[in-house]
Amino acid sequence: MNLRAVWAIYRVEMARAFRTVLQSIISPVISTSLYFVVFGSAIGSRITEIDGISYGAFIVPGLIMLSLLTQSISNASFAIYFPKFVGSIYELLSAPVSYLEIVIAYVGGAATKSIILGLIILATASLFVPLQIEHPFWMIAFLVLTAVTFSLFGFIIGIWAKSFEQLQLVPLLIVTPLTFLGGSFYSIHMLPGIWKTITLFNPVVYLISGFRWSFYGKADVSVGVSLGMTLVFLAVCIAIVAWIFKTGYRLRN
Amino acid sequence: MPSILSISGVSKTYATGFTALKEVNLDIQRGEIFALLGPNGAGKTTLISIVCGIVNRSTGTVTVDGHDISKDYRAARSLIGLVPQELTIDAFESVWATVNYSRGLFGKPANPAFVEKVLRDLSLWDKKDAKAITLSGGMKRRLMIAKALSHEPRILFLDEPTAGVDVELRQDMWEMVRRLREDGVTIILTTHYIEEAEAMADRVGVINRGEIILVENKAELMRKLGRKRLVLELRNPLTAIPETFSRYALELSPDGGQLTYTYDNQAERPGVASLIRDLEAGGIQFRDIDTQNSSLEEIFVNLVRRDP
Repeated sequence: MNLRAVWAIYRVEMARAFRTVLQSIISPVISTSLYFVVFGSAIGSRITEIDGISYGAFIVPGLIMLSLLTQSISNASFAIYFPKFVGSIYELLSAPVSYLEIVIAYVGGAATKSIILGLIILATASLFVPLQIEHPFWMIAFLVLTAVTFSLFGFIIGIWAKSFEQLQLVPLLIVTPLTFLGGSFYSIHMLPGIWKTITLFNPVVYLISGFRWSFYGKADVSVGVSLGMTLVFLAVCIAIVAWIFKTGYRLRN
Repeated sequence: MPSILSISGVSKTYATGFTALKEVNLDIQRGEIFALLGPNGAGKTTLISIVCGIVNRSTGTVTVDGHDISKDYRAARSLIGLVPQELTIDAFESVWATVNYSRGLFGKPANPAFVEKVLRDLSLWDKKDAKAITLSGGMKRRLMIAKALSHEPRILFLDEPTAGVDVELRQDMWEMVRRLREDGVTIILTTHYIEEAEAMADRVGVINRGEIILVENKAELMRKLGRKRLVLELRNPLTAIPETFSRYALELSPDGGQLTYTYDNQAERPGVASLIRDLEAGGIQFRDIDTQNSSLEEIFVNLVRRDP
């Protein structure tokens, strides 16, 4: 294992986050605060509580997931796409580094950044609403699992993308709508009949539900199913990354 | 001398169907400076990219100091430093950070003293805290070299190292290449500038349309394929070359003041002595005489042209 290489890549990735601290950390904090103002205050004045949880507190896990998903994807996809775009990827490909090491370093860097961000949002949220975390272990577990899974997903997008437009395509057209429709701001039990069923095909529902359970002990779907679905998505991403590296897809051809 | 790099039967066909390399065989000897010459699109960069692990080959084997580049890629790649043709650097990193990153990527422990030496040798020490984006083109090129040297490679690939580089920097680079060779580093360079190969290389390989058409010791190549020219400055300009000289390959300059005789210096009878005798007998007087070896460029152009 070339741990020095993993560390070198990881450090560069973390340095990028600190260099762009405004974009990486401050802007998500501002947008989360805005969500609280808009959703928490405006809608919260009409929906006082869901499942016995105040509306403001109810949306916290969903808000964290929203940022976690989008930031994991954008961190990881940009991290691998950028060297491809400027051509500096030659160095990575010519270095004595295994595929596993490349993935650990890039995905580790992207996931670390989004986990830190998730915790910052959590801290910001605690300034607005009283929070409780019933299952801290599972809260961290869902946080890490989701960050890693979606960083892997972002890594795949970064390798697949041939242009900045393609890089934005999946996050904008698929991930953001799925997250908004995944029960960040409402309980799926509030949806009318058929939509409740349709929404179960949205993988993000399981992530948010499981994560919310770790906070308040209440979930839209059972926590076992949530965990299972997250692991399935993780396994799919690992399989795709393994295939990419085996074939050299868009990297060594 | 045992070879440090051995390429055998390597070919590459891209997904588009374009065949960039056809069954290339090449051995590079330890400690030599090898120049790979070829026109644009001949396959030079593809060949280097395969050896360095950037592009997958279609067939063939490559070993670096006995290590197979696929089975034993870690050992093989850690011996190689690559300076690619394009200036591709993370623009927002500092010089110091990016060179240390390269060293770490190749699994070498941090060694600030060594990195400092590399930067000083390349006149980059003053710029160590500058971001890559603020450097001039020539400095970026030096930075690429510093990155390649950061992990103390035993083989250095320089892909078109002096393309777009000013004369002073080019001289510096040649000097650096010679120093590296003295330290035992094997250097493989591709170039368009034939004078570069002529000035530096021990051996020359010519690649055209994905095939190595010649590998030869440079001096030997120039001797073997070299033609010589004898240039005579005439005292009185001629309007045409007299009929009696038709057996000589003579050319008359447009102003009629210069007569050039091209001959094969390997021939048993190059014909120089008889030409001069005949000129005297024909009353053609000259005030100066000069001989020139043909350059590697002429040899190269002839070779590539000959290859259909």
